[in-house]
Amino acid sequence: MTKLRTISDKTLSEKVSTGIFIVLVVSFFLLPLIWLLLAPFDSAPSYRLHLSNPSLNNFKEMAQNPYAYRSLINSVVFSAGTGLAIILVGAPASYVLSRVKFKGRDGFLYILLLFSSIVSGSAAMVPLFLLALKLNILDTYHGVILVLTGGLLPAAIFILKDFTDSLPRSYEESAQIFGASSFRILKDIVVPVIRPGLAVIFVWTFVQAWSNFLVPFIVIRDVNKQPGAVMMYSFYNEGGQAVIRTVAAFALLYTIPIILMYYYVNKKYGFRFYGGIKG
Amino acid sequence: MSTVSIKKITKVFPGGVRALDNLDLTIKDGEFFALLGPSGCGKTTLLRTLGGLESPTDGQINIDKEDVTWKSPGARNIAMVFQDYALYPHMNVKENIAYPLKVRKFAKEEIEKRVSQAAKALSIETLLDRRPGQISGGQQQRVAVARAMACTPNLYLFDEPLSNLDARLRLEARTFLKQLQRELGVTTILVTHDQSEALALADRMAVMDKGQIKQVGSPAEFFHRPANTFVAAFIGSTPMNLLDGIAKKGFIEIGRTKYPIPSKIKKKIKEGHEVVFGVRPEYATISRSAGKSGFIGKVKVTENLGTHYLVTIDSQGLLVRGTVTDGSEPKIGTTVMLKAEPARVLIYDKKTGDLI
Repeated sequence: MTKLRTISDKTLSEKVSTGIFIVLVVSFFLLPLIWLLLAPFDSAPSYRLHLSNPSLNNFKEMAQNPYAYRSLINSVVFSAGTGLAIILVGAPASYVLSRVKFKGRDGFLYILLLFSSIVSGSAAMVPLFLLALKLNILDTYHGVILVLTGGLLPAAIFILKDFTDSLPRSYEESAQIFGASSFRILKDIVVPVIRPGLAVIFVWTFVQAWSNFLVPFIVIRDVNKQPGAVMMYSFYNEGGQAVIRTVAAFALLYTIPIILMYYYVNKKYGFRFYGGIKG
Repeated sequence: MSTVSIKKITKVFPGGVRALDNLDLTIKDGEFFALLGPSGCGKTTLLRTLGGLESPTDGQINIDKEDVTWKSPGARNIAMVFQDYALYPHMNVKENIAYPLKVRKFAKEEIEKRVSQAAKALSIETLLDRRPGQISGGQQQRVAVARAMACTPNLYLFDEPLSNLDARLRLEARTFLKQLQRELGVTTILVTHDQSEALALADRMAVMDKGQIKQVGSPAEFFHRPANTFVAAFIGSTPMNLLDGIAKKGFIEIGRTKYPIPSKIKKKIKEGHEVVFGVRPEYATISRSAGKSGFIGKVKVTENLGTHYLVTIDSQGLLVRGTVTDGSEPKIGTTVMLKAEPARVLIYDKKTGDLI
């Protein structure tokens, strides 16, 4: 009879090697975060973890750049705009796709999802640029929002459909019997019940748009309209070297809105979904 | 306060499933009517068609002589209670009850009045501020009924409203539903797959199978005189004995047992007629004494039903069930005689399955 191995049977060397592995993995993810918190306040930041003469000087220097703060506002416009567009288009679309059955519906959804990663990805860069040029939306806010929306919409519909699928049909049917119109049912019943799902999708879209570099980089020419993700790319000196002081300060500012957003949504909706009621 | 008449309703779903097949039915004013049948028989489709959630392929539905076949659900002044109650999770109990009234643009004071009336009638006043997720299944059911009641409809449609409750609560809810319906006097149609529910609640009921109505009548009629073998096999807490037989001169031969043809139907049966002999186990007594025209066999199984025992005997290969009172049950393996009460014997035509 073979003896079952238990944790206590593990040899010391196994325990040590597991420990080292965990420490390596954790530090791989943790060190950049610690750097992000320390470097902005360091008088001479480098790529090492270290903090000397902490001050806000890095932020002051960053503020010298006339476009830095402006770019963060642009980021908010792009991200919130894309989030709203996704909700406005994605919610009705997912509702219809969940309620109306037609031949090849699931295949259609999977193909959409497959192509979505290409649309906003580098593979479609040239055609996207040409399309934006022809549509005369180059160098505009709505141009960026449209392209980002197009890229993120399929995945958003795909996730939202899961939420609308779990909404019992009897909710709508009972409202129908009470005499509510389709629009009323959508407004009074469907949207409030799937609101946590909409919140999740909004945050997800916001973060995706916030961190997207390629689309605004291609579409936007005017430095006044550049978002934070593109702005960070311009923090180098005449010699072509990255200015770590501004990069570090900017990176921290660039991260804060996302963290606040997660915090707010998590507090309000808890990133969970309450669907039907069990009897 | 409505009469519902359904004329030649047919519903064919895309894909060719005939859920309702040329069906006629009239439900009287103030009646508690139950639609009963195995799953997939079309009873829910019929209810949904009445509610306007499905449109029929053919036929006509009248509520109080008014043709509502193509009217929208909201224009029919009906209320429906769903199997899952369909209470909106983001509204509290009060808002749930008030919602239909709000949709129908009642004045604020009127809504307040009706909500408190309905809540009082169903004794859920203390729950008004809670969310549906915070109350029990039985309470949810009451809220759903209160919501239906508050809009004073002409017709209630209940789609298996008791099936989500546990056994004990179901009995309570049953009594309460029946009482409420009596008080309100509103025509009510209940869909259920549970025959005890239908028998207990309904003034009249219909059994459906494959989109057709097999029998319409009072619960007592269903129990005592099922119109065909389908209903006979479907109704009753213990399955009815249904045994194939052949009519001979003056008697029916079932296996090797001979049973005299009941005098009432003597003229309707010819020699050689293939029939089905039916008797409920409740009307078949078991004794140790020998006698004529009974099934003789060995006791195979005895089942305790509380006040009675259900006894299955093996009469030359035929399994026949009868009942004895508690305490006098025979031992397994003993030879006994099962006698059917003559007045309770039902003879069916084997070919058509109809009662002769």
